[in-house]
Amino acid sequence: MKVRIAGLAVAVASMLAAAGCGKEASPPQAPKAEAPVPTPVGPLIVKLGHAAPLTGPQAHLGKDNENGAKLAIEDANAEGIKIGGRPVKFELLSEDDQADPKQGTLVAQKFVDAKVNAVIGHLNSGTTIPASKIYYDAGIPQVSPSATNPTYTHQGFKTAFRVMANDIQQGKVLGQYATNNLKAKTVAVIDDKTAYGEGVADQFKKAVLADGAKVVAEEHTDDKAIDFSAILTKIKGKKPDLIFYGGMDAQAGPMAAQMKKLGIKSKFLMPDGGCTTEFHKLAGAAGDGAYCSLPGVPLDKMPGGPTFKEKFANKYHTDIQLYAPYVYDAVMVVVDAIKRAGSADPEKIVEALPQTDYQGVTSRIRFDENGDIKNGAITLYTSKDGKWVPLETVGGGSEPAAAADEAKPAEPAEPAPTAAAEAK
Amino acid sequence: MDILIQQLVNGLTLGAIYALVALGYTMVYGILGLINFAHGEVVMIGALSSLAVVKPLAASGLPPLLVVLIGLIVAIVVCMVLGFSIERVAYRRLRDAPRLAPLITAIGVSIVLQNVAMLVWGRNYHSVPPLLPAGSHNFLGATIGDIQIIIIVAAAITMGGLMLLVNRTRLGRAMRATAENPAVAGLMGINANSIVSLTFVVGSALAALAGVLISSNYGIAHYHMGFVLGLKAFTAAVLGGIGNLAGAMLGGVLLGVIEALGAGYIGDVTNVCTLSHVLPGLDAMCKADPTQSLLGSNYQDVFAFFVLIIVLIFRPSGLMGEKVSERA
Repeated sequence: MKVRIAGLAVAVASMLAAAGCGKEASPPQAPKAEAPVPTPVGPLIVKLGHAAPLTGPQAHLGKDNENGAKLAIEDANAEGIKIGGRPVKFELLSEDDQADPKQGTLVAQKFVDAKVNAVIGHLNSGTTIPASKIYYDAGIPQVSPSATNPTYTHQGFKTAFRVMANDIQQGKVLGQYATNNLKAKTVAVIDDKTAYGEGVADQFKKAVLADGAKVVAEEHTDDKAIDFSAILTKIKGKKPDLIFYGGMDAQAGPMAAQMKKLGIKSKFLMPDGGCTTEFHKLAGAAGDGAYCSLPGVPLDKMPGGPTFKEKFANKYHTDIQLYAPYVYDAVMVVVDAIKRAGSADPEKIVEALPQTDYQGVTSRIRFDENGDIKNGAITLYTSKDGKWVPLETVGGGSEPAAAADEAKPAEPAEPAPTAAAEAK
Repeated sequence: MDILIQQLVNGLTLGAIYALVALGYTMVYGILGLINFAHGEVVMIGALSSLAVVKPLAASGLPPLLVVLIGLIVAIVVCMVLGFSIERVAYRRLRDAPRLAPLITAIGVSIVLQNVAMLVWGRNYHSVPPLLPAGSHNFLGATIGDIQIIIIVAAAITMGGLMLLVNRTRLGRAMRATAENPAVAGLMGINANSIVSLTFVVGSALAALAGVLISSNYGIAHYHMGFVLGLKAFTAAVLGGIGNLAGAMLGGVLLGVIEALGAGYIGDVTNVCTLSHVLPGLDAMCKADPTQSLLGSNYQDVFAFFVLIIVLIFRPSGLMGEKVSERA
């Protein structure tokens, strides 16, 4: 009998393991019962959905995003926008997608059922891409602040937009930086097997191979791991000049610490997921000398950066983790589209979004025919005394970045997968 | 060769921690036949509560080892109280209920603890101040950190002590008797309730030690850290034969080593170029990308569970699961 119970428990355990964080998954709740049709008098309620992981290893980033969205909603309400003579009241419906693609689609369906006017999110590419199909089918506009996998905007969905440069651009800049500036001849590539991590690692790999460098090892981990000693030991044996990690800070920090412990002297390079204050907390002194890139320009150099930083600190008494300014802009871009369209109808917002020309906190935001941001800049940073110090900014400004041009598909309106999507 | 030794050391360190946690699962199972799924969260609470004391003390200028020791004692006390309360509140009333009820309750307790920890300590990752000696030694080309040595030695001493407690003392005899048959043990004057409480308390103390060691080793603590660790430790307990103390230790160490070697070599073994000598169809893939592997290191967990399945097919009660009399 005991053996049978153990067997049963193994089954339960493997189910839990398969579901990842699925243990916390709550059953999809019934959609809110409030009437979608606003009453003729009183303010016009505009509901914006916001999705990010609020529990699990990336909860700190998700909460940061939510704070950015809340701040934007407050500011938008303070503007006193009127549509057809009626004051507009923006409301935020925030949901936890657990960074899990399955949960992401449940949340998306929930937003559709709740008849939201637009969606801000999701945080991860892995959740954003499957959810985008649901929003597209329902005709709801979606603006992701931080999903950078190219596929998201290259599926031919006219509802999908993002306010951050995508991975084709970022991976290429990182690859060129690794070979030209950091003089790497041999590189090891690690990723976390998520749509984001693997996507950016692929682009990075392509760029370094094109520059004549050699990829000596390719390893994978996952977005919940904390022990990397096995894969790092293997990489140590190949003695690469540089190690690239495509993933988030929660893994990048401990990874840097473990590299030092194992006596690995290779340079360490990461995309935006690792470019956070959290990275330094987790890596400690071992994080010094690491390199990372962030789409956009440094917060202090953003047009509205210093003001935003102060506003954020006054309200939440905590540091900005990473994407909060982008979330703020994503909300404001939607608000701007509503103002220009003179309607909060999802269909009208989708029509108005491509004509966006909005001066946001992060940059001037305009969209190309895919819904990707035009001239997205990428800034490289290095870690010094526990802080990210900006090195140089590639792209941005009025000159179209070379990488951004290549990011565009040959046929602008072609819904079929582009070269980028095929590369996946 | 140095790489192999390094991987073995990595695996041993990881395995020592798995073993400590696995003991908690196996002790409770031995006595109650219950899988305490909340045990991984006890490890997490241990790590975070020790951190809560260690952080302010580390700044005060006390000797680092003393600070760690105080942190460890606090963690052990907190976890003992927690383990006692979990049993008292969640499991005791269900002792005669159908077996599924306490199992589901255990999962419930695990979720509650995770969320309580999230409310108390927040969602952020916490960095653990590097208080333990951080030097490293060169052994046949492999780098062995002081922390790794501390983990392996501390785990070995603790497990030795536990074996002595269970096999050589009156208390241990009472525990073994309760595991054998609670009703008859009761007739012999053993208070089964206090033995069960004691089992939870001892298991939780081991969990606290594991929590402190793992957070010092990786330098981080997080409200979510107990979940995967708990699953792995449970796997280790089943691999060794759940209910068997020596089995849990063996299972833990084995699982750690399998994971490290799996992650380290699975990519090389399944490399398309290596395999193309055997399977001619892979030549094209090899030419396109010689570093490509059929199975990458992300399959390390699959590898561990695969070994578990194989073991359970041939030895359904685990590697050492037959000696019923040794149950504690």
